[in-house]
Amino acid sequence: MSRIFLKGCEAIAEAAVRSGCRFFAGYPITPQNEIPEYLSRRLPEVGGTFVQGESEVASVNMVYGAAQTGTRAMTSSSSCGISLKSEAISFCASARIPMVYANIARGGPGIGSIHPAQQDYMQATKASGNGGFRMMVFAPATVQEAVDMTYAAFDYAQRDRNPVLILADGVLGTIMEPVVLPELRSEQEVKALKDAQRDWALVGHNPADGRAFIKPGRWSTLDQEQACKDNEALYASWENDVQVEEYLVDDAQYIITAYGISGRIAKSAVNKLRAEGILVGLIRPKTVSPFPYGAIEQLDYSRVKAILDVEMSIPAQMVFDVKLAVKDRCPIHTCLRSGGEIMSREKIVEAVRALAQ
Amino acid sequence: MKQVYKRTETFQENMVSGFCPGCMHGTVFKLIGEVLEELNIVNRTAVVLGVGCCGLAMEYITYDNTTSPHGRACAVATGIKRANPDTVVYTYQGDGDLAAIGLAETLSAANRGENFTVIFVNNGIYGMTGGQMAPTTLVGMKATTAQNGRNPKEHGYPMHMCEILNQLTAPTYLERCSCNTPANVIKTRKAIRKAFQNQLDNKGFSLVEIVTSCPTNWGLDAMESLKFLEEKMLPEYPLGVFRDR
Repeated sequence: MSRIFLKGCEAIAEAAVRSGCRFFAGYPITPQNEIPEYLSRRLPEVGGTFVQGESEVASVNMVYGAAQTGTRAMTSSSSCGISLKSEAISFCASARIPMVYANIARGGPGIGSIHPAQQDYMQATKASGNGGFRMMVFAPATVQEAVDMTYAAFDYAQRDRNPVLILADGVLGTIMEPVVLPELRSEQEVKALKDAQRDWALVGHNPADGRAFIKPGRWSTLDQEQACKDNEALYASWENDVQVEEYLVDDAQYIITAYGISGRIAKSAVNKLRAEGILVGLIRPKTVSPFPYGAIEQLDYSRVKAILDVEMSIPAQMVFDVKLAVKDRCPIHTCLRSGGEIMSREKIVEAVRALAQ
Repeated sequence: MKQVYKRTETFQENMVSGFCPGCMHGTVFKLIGEVLEELNIVNRTAVVLGVGCCGLAMEYITYDNTTSPHGRACAVATGIKRANPDTVVYTYQGDGDLAAIGLAETLSAANRGENFTVIFVNNGIYGMTGGQMAPTTLVGMKATTAQNGRNPKEHGYPMHMCEILNQLTAPTYLERCSCNTPANVIKTRKAIRKAFQNQLDNKGFSLVEIVTSCPTNWGLDAMESLKFLEEKMLPEYPLGVFRDR
């Protein structure tokens, strides 16, 4: 398979098409504009549809509609634009509609800055809308991972009939890297994926055979409670879907926890510190939901002296999940940037050196 | 004996409607059902229900249905129709849904000339939430959030959606009807049929506004509501065809 040179946003968009995405609606916001721009020309080439919505709100509702027909559908935005999508994402989770969306995150809160940040962790993993639903959330650290995760995201979404989020950031969205793209699914495969959902999909049924009845809400509170229980069972099943990179942790006295672009920068810091003889390792969640609590929980705390949580968010957010796993067995420190300022290897290196002294 | 009238098969059997006495939602859904049967498209139709009293219909109808977030029905319908053009798609929205929270989605879908049908039920007030002021509430009309009546200096004037949409180039068909008399019910039925036929002919955006009553939140009985509709609502919302091409 040949490697090609692609910008992160365009790679995500192409991976979506190759996975069978045939509908995209989006609205301009930096730094994710290359996703809708790319798909506006690419989707018609494969018989798909691109719509520029009048807002993030309208765009995600178009996806909510398109996905109800069984069509693989996607939207994307950045941070404050993702907030606007929350209501419809919650509707998708309630009605169990499979769809994929990408957050090419920027600084916040509010309109924040257009530069890369990781300040949407809590929103992405804990409360992406009202009602306490959850989603699988993938956090790529390279353009290749963004491609592979986007491609797989549609399969997870369809398997679970639930939204899936790609949580990237402005660095990954705008850098160019060589990637290997997965195979483009054939039109027959894409059609088969859609037809497999025909029973529940909103495409028009003969009433005698049973109608499609999409339920983002229920008049009966007992029915709604049952739906919540069904959702809970789904979320519990993700135990087997956890993805995590554990790098040089076996003998490590210091563990860095970091996801996405911070995780990638932290890995280079680990290499530099190891050359200095400092026994440091990295735990990088690739799924931040479900979170790899086990990888952190099972560390040997007679050896591990401290954890350094590295994030591009002030205050830190993922650190709360790290704390849940550490259970007070060692000190947890943070190394943070925020607001669009990018983490540097030197800052992490200095933070670990300070711990090791 | 020759059967000249029957219950539409698009209603579930043994189901009692929860619409209030004097409410016209039941009439409108019946007319839609009859048209879908006439055009033989029940088995390829999907309705996007707005939020409010019309959402009750999800329990009554026999064909494919979904519920949109409040105001977003035209965006949801855009997604369904574009992703699956063979499906006959219509939205069913009240005035708060279509003209307040969903104004951007309504205007934008109309401006793109989306090929689906909009049934817009205008009773000048929020029903399910309990009689709050709508964009269509008449000047002087009391609402639970305008207890001294709608005051133009504070609240502006009633919005006329057919007239506003008629400023756009793309829409195909815009008509305002009512269900206050048997003659007007027949006219409404014809308008609904045309709005669906346009979609089958790929002609683009069709909207039928139906001026209706809300006895419960108007604080009137069913007959008084009809009188109010004729004397107050219809002068503000004149019936007729605004666009047909």
